[in-house]
Order: sequence, then C-alpha cells, then structure tokens
Amino acid sequence: MKILTGNDLKSGAVTWWDGVQWSLHVNDAVDVGEHADAILAREQAAQRVNAAYMIEAEKDLEGVRPAHIKDRIRALGPTVRADLTLKPADPEARDWVI
Amino acid sequence: MYKYDNYDQAMVDTRVEEFRDQVKRRLEGHLSEDHFKPLRLQNGLYLQLHAYMLRVAVPYGTLSSVQMRALGDIADRYDRGYGHFTTRQNIQYNWIKLEETPDLLAELAAVEMHAIQTSGNCIRNISSDQYAGAAADEIVDPRPYAELLRQWSSFHPEFLVLPRKFKIAVIASETDRAAMKLHDIGIRMVRNSAGEIGAAFYVGGGMGRTPMIAPLVREFVPLDQLVTYAEACLRVYNRYGRRDNKYKARIKILVHELGKDEYTRQVEEEFALLLTQGIEPPLAELERIKTHFTDPPFEVGAPEAVDRSDPDFALWLDSNVEAHKQPGYAIATISLKPVGGIPGDASADQIRLMADLGLQYSFDELRVTHAQNIVLPHVRKADLFALWQQLEANGLGTPNLDAIDDIIACPGLDYCSLANARSIPVAQKLSERLAPRRAEIGELKLKISGCINACGHHHAGHIGILGVDRKGTENYQLLLGGCEGDDTSLGTITGPGFSEDGIVDAVEKATEVYLSNKQGEERFLDTYRRVGMAPFKEAIYG
Repeated sequence: MKILTGNDLKSGAVTWWDGVQWSLHVNDAVDVGEHADAILAREQAAQRVNAAYMIEAEKDLEGVRPAHIKDRIRALGPTVRADLTLKPADPEARDWVI
Repeated sequence: MYKYDNYDQAMVDTRVEEFRDQVKRRLEGHLSEDHFKPLRLQNGLYLQLHAYMLRVAVPYGTLSSVQMRALGDIADRYDRGYGHFTTRQNIQYNWIKLEETPDLLAELAAVEMHAIQTSGNCIRNISSDQYAGAAADEIVDPRPYAELLRQWSSFHPEFLVLPRKFKIAVIASETDRAAMKLHDIGIRMVRNSAGEIGAAFYVGGGMGRTPMIAPLVREFVPLDQLVTYAEACLRVYNRYGRRDNKYKARIKILVHELGKDEYTRQVEEEFALLLTQGIEPPLAELERIKTHFTDPPFEVGAPEAVDRSDPDFALWLDSNVEAHKQPGYAIATISLKPVGGIPGDASADQIRLMADLGLQYSFDELRVTHAQNIVLPHVRKADLFALWQQLEANGLGTPNLDAIDDIIACPGLDYCSLANARSIPVAQKLSERLAPRRAEIGELKLKISGCINACGHHHAGHIGILGVDRKGTENYQLLLGGCEGDDTSLGTITGPGFSEDGIVDAVEKATEVYLSNKQGEERFLDTYRRVGMAPFKEAIYG
C-alpha cells in the first residue's frame, strides 16, 4: 500500500494521512492509491503538514508497517529512548522497528 | 570569558525578533515552506525525523555557569528534559516546537547565546581546544583569536552564501585536541623565530564523503593580518568553489583540484590586494577581546597533594584529569559516556548540576569537547575528590576519557533525517561489551557515524564505524587507523560490512588482535601502524 507521512507544521510531530486528516498513529494511515500527489499538493497548500511524502507500507492484522526502517523509526520514535516513543510501555515495540 | 557588548546584544536580540515575525508569518500561511526553510535554517532550526531540532552555538566550546544552567532549563521547558552535546562543541535539542522557537531563542539571547549560523552554507561555529587557557602546553590562549574570527564571520555579507558550509578551528598547542587538520581552515597559533605570535593556516581539510587532511598553506600570518588572510582564503573559495555539485563543493575539493601550490598562489594574490584595502580590524580590538580571556584569580600556593586512597576516585583521577598550567590546579573532564548510555546526551538536571559544579569549582567556566564531553578547566586539586563525589552520585563520573567506551557517535537514524543507519545502539552495545576491558585496552578512540556525512568522525577513529543502507537494511563498515591529533591520518576500510551485532563482534576481534600484538606501551593505533591491516583482517574475516 501507499501511505502519506509528514510533520505537523507547528509541533514538528510525525503524522500520517488517515483519509480525512493527519494522525499521530501509523495504524491510522490509509492506502492513497494513485491520489498521493493530489492529496500532498492540497494538504501542503493548506499549511496542515510539512515536508510530506509518500511511502510504501504493508498492512496485516497487526497494523500498518512502513517498508523502510527510517519510516518505522519515525512511526515509533527513537529506538534508544523507549520512554519517548508512542509506546513507552511496550517492550517489543523496538523489535517492530528492526 | 567573552561578554557581549551592546552591539553584540543588539545584533542577537534583533535577530530573535526578526525570526519571531518570520515564524508568525509561516504559521499564518503567509510564507511557504520553500520560503521559510532557509530562514529557519539560518537560525539553526532543522526538521529532523521526529520533530524540529535546534542546534545552539557554543562559541569555541566555552560556557559560563549561567549559560549552562539556561541550557538545562531550556531542555526542560522546550524539549523533553535533555540535550545532546555534539562533535562541533554545540548542543542540540531534538523535540522543539516551531511556535515556541522564538521564545526559546529569546531565552538564549538573554544569556548571550544564539543559534545563528549553525546551519547553511556559511561559516559555522568556530571550534577550539577544550583545554584553552588551562593547558600546560599552549603558547597562548587561542580563544581571543577564535572570538575575533567569530565576530568577523558573524553575518559577514560576502560569506553567507558560500558554495558549502565552512568550519574553522583555532588551537595554540603542539598537541592538537580539536581535530584542527580536519577542518576547512585549521589555525594553529605559533611563535616565529623572532618570538612573535602569529597563525599557521592549514586549508582544505574535512571529513564527509571525501575525507582530506588540510595542507599547510602559510606558516606564519602576523596577528595584524589574521582576518585579512582568512578573508583571502574564503574569497578564493567563494569565487571558485564548485556550486554545480553539492558533493564537490567543499573547499577541500577546490584545494585538491587546484593543488595546494596553486590555491596558495591565488590566496597570496588576493591577500596582497586585500592588504591595500584596510579590512583588518585594529589590533586594539584584539586587545579588547583579550581582556575577556585573562586568567581567573588562581590561588597562589594551592596544594598539590591529592589523596588517592579511594580506588574508584584514583581511577577517575588517572583517566579524566589532565595537567594544568597553574600549580595546584587540574583540568577535569566530565564523561557523558556512561556505560551503555547515549554518547553526548545529558539530562536537564545533569546540565544544571554541571553548571553548579562549574561555578563552585572552576571559576564559572565549562567547556564542551568535540568528543561530546564536558570539561571543567580550572579545578583546584584539593577540590577534585569533592567534585568527583558529586559527579559519581549523578551518573557523570565514568572514568573513561579516550578509552574504548568514550565513544563519539552521531545521533544516527534514531534522530537524523540524513542518516542511513543507527549509531547510538551500536555505541551502547560496544560500550557494554568492552567497558569491562577498558583498563586492559587503554587509549582507543572509537567513532561512529550513521552516514557518509561523518558527523561521528569515523574517518578519524582509531576504530571507525560507518553505517550504510544496504537495500533497506542497516549495515556497518569498519575502519582502522584513523587519528585526529598531531599525526592526523584517515582510517582504512577493513572489507565487507557487518550487521549490528556483527560489527560489535568485529570490533572486539580487532581489540584482541591489538592485545596479542601489543609491544610495550603501544596504544591500539601504534600497534595498527606497526603491524598493518593484515592480521586484523585475518582475525575479523578469517
């Protein structure tokens, strides 16, 4: 699947396009198919997202997993500071990245 | 320490308000990101993997306690309770909000700090010897000259849009503790045969994807021509440096392609022209600056004796304390490399504690080192034990200066949008694996970069590690034989790369080859240079 990610303009937080708005959680990301360019152009013009781009990802029963490690780290947070990730209580979250 | 005059303060305050307006217009939608990006970068604000990152300049690595305390408070107020000290003697905050940045910059300005020219193709923060003003082997304090060049390079209208970023280091000792020859310009303050102080210029060094050691282009520049000569070096680069290819745009490529002799000829020609134009500031300005860098009021007759009866303290003393020029005093390095920790990171509380210790024990002065540690430059030997006790109690007393677990590591793929691989987890695993053998291994400078940009100085590590992306998977190349000091050398790649766990095993094997081949007091680097790559390759890949 093709999903969109970027950073929130004000906070810089990593966000994912959920079909309506930008979510902090990668599992909310939707397949944008062939509409990536149009959505990116509209959303960046609306100043809701910064430096947005399309990536490849896979979806299974566990959720959405970006294809590249860089985007998985963006989705979770730094692998060396579990306390600063979106899943600070999940000891296996780092394994999902790697 | 240098104190801002009204002009310095007004310049920084004005910049804060200018950026406040730019941020406001960006948030209101009046500025596009294309227009805003160069403006935020000129103020040190990057967009990294997880958030905005602010890089704060620490000129020549020198901080007062008030400044250090402010850095800790900023970490709490605007970040997530910590900061990262960098290989450029700066500090970076990883979780900054755009809308809060102007207030953050105003707090920095209130303590005579800023983030100007910490990004972009301009002259960056000027680095120096972390022992400046304290080292027993320096001929003068290099910082007044670094400060003069800081003032010259700040907002220099001709050099704000160079072909590429530009880094200058200034030292004044025989011992190079600042990787001087791996800078675009490395300056060593020297004394000529007439006993006069001047500057030797090394131009065209650097790391990155094409590492080069700067050649000496002029042995002696008189003090009243220092700025003029630097201007000539920059002018030739600005005129002929390549702007068509980002990867060939650094001055090292120009010097290499022209050849040192031709580059020097052009600089000398430009220098002769500039000498007729009177651009050099009056020596009185240098003298004014020097008054900010006089020695602190050392206690005459301070006791030399140090009680070494506590074995852990004695370990720290032997590892992290260096000779001072003043009898009865010592230079103490605070390690930001606890075993298994994140190199260069310090919590807000630790930053504030170090500020307090700088005030209490080091005449209100601290230094950031390019090896991502903190130095208290002027500590009475009689105070060392009390200092160590406080460091030890707060996770800052690791006795590992220049040891195998005193690892330089860039933020890597955990934070940096340019990185190809994570650096920090590799550093943590190596630290945990090899710290128990620290004493046995001795001096071994291990440096890790998460990409070819080499922020982790891997080319200059006795052992260097470079993270690369191999079809979406992290892979790590191993280099041996780099060195950043007086005998600067560039590391050589051993062969095929390794996985995250594989690189840890490979480094351990390299240390075993060293230990089994070591003669006398040889360091790892000495043994490598004597026996060559072959036995290391055999052990690592055999």
